[in-house]
Amino acid sequence: MQTNRRNLLKIAAAGAIGSALPFGFAGNAFAANKRIAMVVKNLGNTYFDACAEGAKQAAAELGGIDIIYTASTKPTAEEQIAVLDALVAQKVDGLIISANDPSALIPVCKKAAERGIKVISFDSAVAQEGRIMHLNPSSTALIGAKQVQMIAKTLGGKGEVAILSAASTMTNQNSWIEAMKEEWKKPEYKDMPLVTTVYGDDQDDKSYREMQGLVKSFPNLKGVISPTTIGIRSGAKAIVDGGLAGKIFITGLGLPSEMKDYVLKGACDTFAIWNPIEYGYAATMVLGSILNGADAGPGKTVKMGKKGEAMVADNGEAAMGEPFVFDKSNVEKFAKIF
Amino acid sequence: MSVTTPNRYDVADRAPFRIADLLLRWETILVLLLATVIAFNTYISPYFLDIYNLSDATFNFSEKAIVALAMALLIVSRDIDLSVAAIIAVASLAMGEASVAGASTPMLILIGLAVGAACGAFNGALVTGFGLPSIVVTIGTMSLFRGLAQVVLEDQAITKYPPSFAAIGQGYLAKGVPIPISFTTFLILAAIFAYVLHRTLIGRRIFAQGNNPVAARFSGIPVDRIRFWLFVLTGTMAGLAAVFLTARIGSTRPNIALGFELEAVTMVVLGGVSITGGSGTIPGVVLAVFVLGLTTFGLSLVNVPGIVINVLNGSLLIAAISLPIIARRLLGKRA
Repeated sequence: MQTNRRNLLKIAAAGAIGSALPFGFAGNAFAANKRIAMVVKNLGNTYFDACAEGAKQAAAELGGIDIIYTASTKPTAEEQIAVLDALVAQKVDGLIISANDPSALIPVCKKAAERGIKVISFDSAVAQEGRIMHLNPSSTALIGAKQVQMIAKTLGGKGEVAILSAASTMTNQNSWIEAMKEEWKKPEYKDMPLVTTVYGDDQDDKSYREMQGLVKSFPNLKGVISPTTIGIRSGAKAIVDGGLAGKIFITGLGLPSEMKDYVLKGACDTFAIWNPIEYGYAATMVLGSILNGADAGPGKTVKMGKKGEAMVADNGEAAMGEPFVFDKSNVEKFAKIF
Repeated sequence: MSVTTPNRYDVADRAPFRIADLLLRWETILVLLLATVIAFNTYISPYFLDIYNLSDATFNFSEKAIVALAMALLIVSRDIDLSVAAIIAVASLAMGEASVAGASTPMLILIGLAVGAACGAFNGALVTGFGLPSIVVTIGTMSLFRGLAQVVLEDQAITKYPPSFAAIGQGYLAKGVPIPISFTTFLILAAIFAYVLHRTLIGRRIFAQGNNPVAARFSGIPVDRIRFWLFVLTGTMAGLAAVFLTARIGSTRPNIALGFELEAVTMVVLGGVSITGGSGTIPGVVLAVFVLGLTTFGLSLVNVPGIVINVLNGSLLIAAISLPIIARRLLGKRA
């Protein structure tokens, strides 16, 4: 009898522990961090690395959030869809996407939404039906105008100017170029014609060759605008290598760490960019508040932590702020940051 | 030794069955590899063995796999087609233009297949008509076809496709059956290709000319005609892949399917098809499709960067090519 009772107790105790264990684990699983995946166009791009850094800062500030930073190896829609499929399969909590194709990502983003995953886009937008909102670093008009203003200031408003862009398919580069052309219509740029637009496909070697080609095809070329971090660094290198520093100036969107040498050597007078660390930070802050139940629909205001607030427009887009200009005076300081 | 020497006038239909041969077969190694991949993926991610996730994963490799089937026949016959990804771009472009002009879904599918076949015929005509090496011809047409798409599309994308067309690329076999249409098509095609290559006269001829085109020619095999039609077949399969891919992503861009040709060749070579022609099996290619597809999916589930996955797939490929050669050398020395 007694041994039996003891055995029963043992079994009961074991059973209690046994049944408590999975509950304990389940409790942990519930308490585990929320996972936000930042999916960018392609890996190996310092700009996106800086965005991811900002995302991690925001995650640390918010607490309880893990950042997964990933991308496809090729900047095509189908490769990015494969990456997104894997993240949806893992049941992450939120997605921050820089799209390689705005409409091709709609089905996978809708699938994510159906499974309760919150989707926003930054840098390069997903079409409106595929995401809750899109955060622009600045407004397209401001970015385009800024670049034309910078080269006009450098050249004194005189001389032929060309554009060295990324791939001809890149949504954001194309919309910035549209905005540049809009700014270019103003009378103060009448002595500064836009001669051509070439595409370096966001590859260093191709951008370098396109820059050399520009110099050969347009002997009177004075300035180049490159609205891509890879284009501007390769273009600036081609200017320095060709001994053209001081004769041809490049401007556009670049990273201080990559442009520092070229600014100091005189190939580039000024260039601009928003701070990608702040950009990744702001996007993560927005998604963090959406995960906590905030509404980010058109007409609503979203919170971006220390970057303040932004109003979501009717097209579901919001702007973080104005682009920031770098020159000889501040490039060395920022080169240490990003 | 009392090994019966076969009569020199007896020609066996196939080599005598031996256990060692079965174990040393490339397909056996691939089955083990696949089992390892599945076990490893299940171990590293709790989301891997989920029927919905796995079926979603097939979307991402079915199109390449369809191309790989035709590519396998082409490589067995000593040719190669590196323009398949560019053919996909042209076929997708043609479907896009037709869709904008208001073509119906069956019409779009027909156009995709027809343009693919036409591109394949162009390759085949250049290779057989002018006696040019296929690798050179298709490197040329790779730039030609993709360039065509880039010239027409510039920086634009065509995104206007009818919903019934999108359903082909994104849809499942039936409601509640999580098997994608594209994956089903791949499996059916694989069965047909396997039958044709391993059980029909055409299949024997493809092997014969892959082993020795001159001897095949003197044996009365219409070598060039078969080569031509294999190019047409490969083009048509690229057209079919274009139908599925375009329908799935609902968008035609100049860079669509970029790099697919090398992934298809990787599937074929990892599948045990000799890159110099003359040997290989369709079941091997199908296994390789699963090994590569599931490796990529499994590693993506634990967020291994795509670059690292590429390195791994590259290593798999090099191992696939070199291991049999090394093994043969070692075994050869011992014998």
